[in-house]
Amino acid sequence: MSKFPKVIAGAAIATALSLPAYAGSYGLGRTALPEEIAAWDLDVSPDGTGLPAGSGDVLTGEEVFAEQCAVCHGDFAEGVDNWPKLAGGQGTLDHEDPLKTVGSYWPYLSTTWDYVNRSMPFGAAQTLEPDEVYAIVAYILYSNDLVDEDFVLSDETFTGVELPNAGGFILDDRLESEKHFWNPEPCMENCKDSVEITMRALVLDVTPEETSAAAEPAEAVVEEAAVAEPVAEPVAEPVVEEVALDPELLAKGAKVFKKCKACHKVGDGAKNSTGPLLNGIVGADAGAVEGFKYSKVMKAAAEDGLVWSDDELAAFLTKPRKYMKGTKMSFAGLKKEADIEAVITYLRSFD
Amino acid sequence: MSDKAKTFAPSRRQFLAGAAAGAGAAAASAASATATPDPLITEVQEWASGLGDGVDATPYGLPIQFEQDVVRRNVEWLTADTISSINFTPIHALDGTITPQGCAFERHHSGAIELKKEDYRLMINGLVDTPLVFSYADLERFPRENRVYFCECAANSGMEWAGAQLNGAQFTHGMIHNMEYSGVSLRTLLEEAGLAAAGDFKDKWVYVEGADASSNGRSIPLEKALDDVLVAFKANGEALRKEHGYPVRLVVPGWEGNMWVKWLRRIEVMDGPVESREETSKYTDTLANGVARKWTWEMDAKSVVTSPSPQAPITHGKGPLVITGLAWSGRGAITGVDVSTDGGKTWTEARLGAPGTDKALTRFYLDINWDGSEMFLQSRARDSSGYVQPTKTQLREVRGLNSIYHNNAIQTWWVKATGEAENVEVS
Repeated sequence: MSKFPKVIAGAAIATALSLPAYAGSYGLGRTALPEEIAAWDLDVSPDGTGLPAGSGDVLTGEEVFAEQCAVCHGDFAEGVDNWPKLAGGQGTLDHEDPLKTVGSYWPYLSTTWDYVNRSMPFGAAQTLEPDEVYAIVAYILYSNDLVDEDFVLSDETFTGVELPNAGGFILDDRLESEKHFWNPEPCMENCKDSVEITMRALVLDVTPEETSAAAEPAEAVVEEAAVAEPVAEPVAEPVVEEVALDPELLAKGAKVFKKCKACHKVGDGAKNSTGPLLNGIVGADAGAVEGFKYSKVMKAAAEDGLVWSDDELAAFLTKPRKYMKGTKMSFAGLKKEADIEAVITYLRSFD
Repeated sequence: MSDKAKTFAPSRRQFLAGAAAGAGAAAASAASATATPDPLITEVQEWASGLGDGVDATPYGLPIQFEQDVVRRNVEWLTADTISSINFTPIHALDGTITPQGCAFERHHSGAIELKKEDYRLMINGLVDTPLVFSYADLERFPRENRVYFCECAANSGMEWAGAQLNGAQFTHGMIHNMEYSGVSLRTLLEEAGLAAAGDFKDKWVYVEGADASSNGRSIPLEKALDDVLVAFKANGEALRKEHGYPVRLVVPGWEGNMWVKWLRRIEVMDGPVESREETSKYTDTLANGVARKWTWEMDAKSVVTSPSPQAPITHGKGPLVITGLAWSGRGAITGVDVSTDGGKTWTEARLGAPGTDKALTRFYLDINWDGSEMFLQSRARDSSGYVQPTKTQLREVRGLNSIYHNNAIQTWWVKATGEAENVEVS
């Protein structure tokens, strides 16, 4: 029984309905099965509790990392664009702009293992095997110069690794270190002699700007809204074509595309991202999306006249790095033919 | 339309348009003999003669088109993409204290997922007498509570540590919303699973995680979990929005928004914290010496003037002016707010829209007769624990410039004689 006294009425109801004899008194819910707990209870604690059996070495990790992680985190875990850097930064924590990585900041290795295992790769979480996770984490350690290249990370060796910044944290001490902010008599008058501007946001100029069209006064916006109606008609035409696309396949494709979404954008207002914009990609010339920096091989294929027909797209999506060695697209590929067909159908809806 | 709405930010254009309208209004109110009759009054308007929309024009209503600039906005350069990102509540354009769900800021780590009630499961496991699984329908059968709380991202104002950066209250203070939640207390659910197995509650924790790919797991001391934490499924009377964790989210009153796990799927009673990514590599506060504070869950008392502000300039010239803003504290209720128009030399106690309540937004007003001269507008919150919101200088003296999170410093708006306002720092 619970340690807490329950509402008598609640207890009476529970008795009257002779509900299961577990602790609570509402009798709601059901017992979680061991298989269900095993499927969801994946968290790993600093002492290694929760780690599955397995192992992975640095060199394997390098390969898996290149395939699964490098598109965002860079081949050397150095980070692409605004995506997180996973290596470097040691000794920078007291600098003006500290670089916080697994090597420089993260206190526990379990955090890295747990996060990679449950939440990575971005857009395809929970698809890695334990051995792959061990290998990736081993490679991240190597990238931070914390282990040699013959290092093998396993559930056995795990607790032997201590991260450099393990001791770099203190518990919240605001009640002590900021005690002076509790002030029964804050100053109300003559609190300072002079007030001078020391910094201005406008000088820095990093606030998002409206586009000039959008900055029209409200009246003009109303007008535009009215004008927008006839514009909607020509747009309606391709929509009619879309009806020909199997709605079920389309829905499935939208689901499959979630794996691609981390890097590729589609639809109105979509822009190039880590990968090129994919509006109108089906049937288009390869390597032709404006403003995207393609790999050398993709540029060469484009010059040779590669067109993204259904067949070529399907071949590419099956195993991108096999189809085009050297492509920037570090995606393992879609295993099921049905998924490929669905995602191509989905992409076609953005023609 | 939606694209336009997203990019429609405040501007000098908007300011000038507003100023022009204000000038007209001023002329009209001056009751001068030269005033010409207002055609909006003297002529029969189309809306006073024709007909409006029927009742079913919008089965679920959106704000009228004239309010289309009152929307969430993001700051593109902050994050690598919009899936793992944040946007900001348009607090400069709202009044009262309740944030409408449709414009309440969003923060996702793996995007806003679509999870049906029918597919929803909540598991409670770990140090409990009986590990349980609840369906959504099960949750609806527990005794329910209604509570209003603010949810503030720990990184709210984080871009302002190093100096005045973003020009607008939406961007400097908009990672906050305040809603009325309906749901079940977490205590009720934990007791249903039985806590005898947890033994001594001291030093016990719950680990909470979401159903999305990020899982966004956080560890919460059992003491807090049994205190005021809610498992909520309604906000402001209606179902949670997808972007706020439909169908079920955690509400952790007064504590940083990252702990308010959305799409809540599992609660594990444990004998220690997991030290997950979100409580080690992120949401820890690096001090000047490189050492970082962790477990800084409580949100310090804070306030901001929402109008006038850079996105809400004064457009009516001198005379009566309503200065208004929001105040809140994670340690209790707001007991008072002081406003300064001279950059902190002198302070005047503002009028609270309603008495402050526990861990919820409080609206304040200071009604003045503006003489048209420039102001350095500031607000300073005080809470029921006796805490007084510090200046940026005071905060930096303790924490340095690299904390990122928990910047609760006093904000300054430089309101110029023209009525335009700018985010500045003052000595």
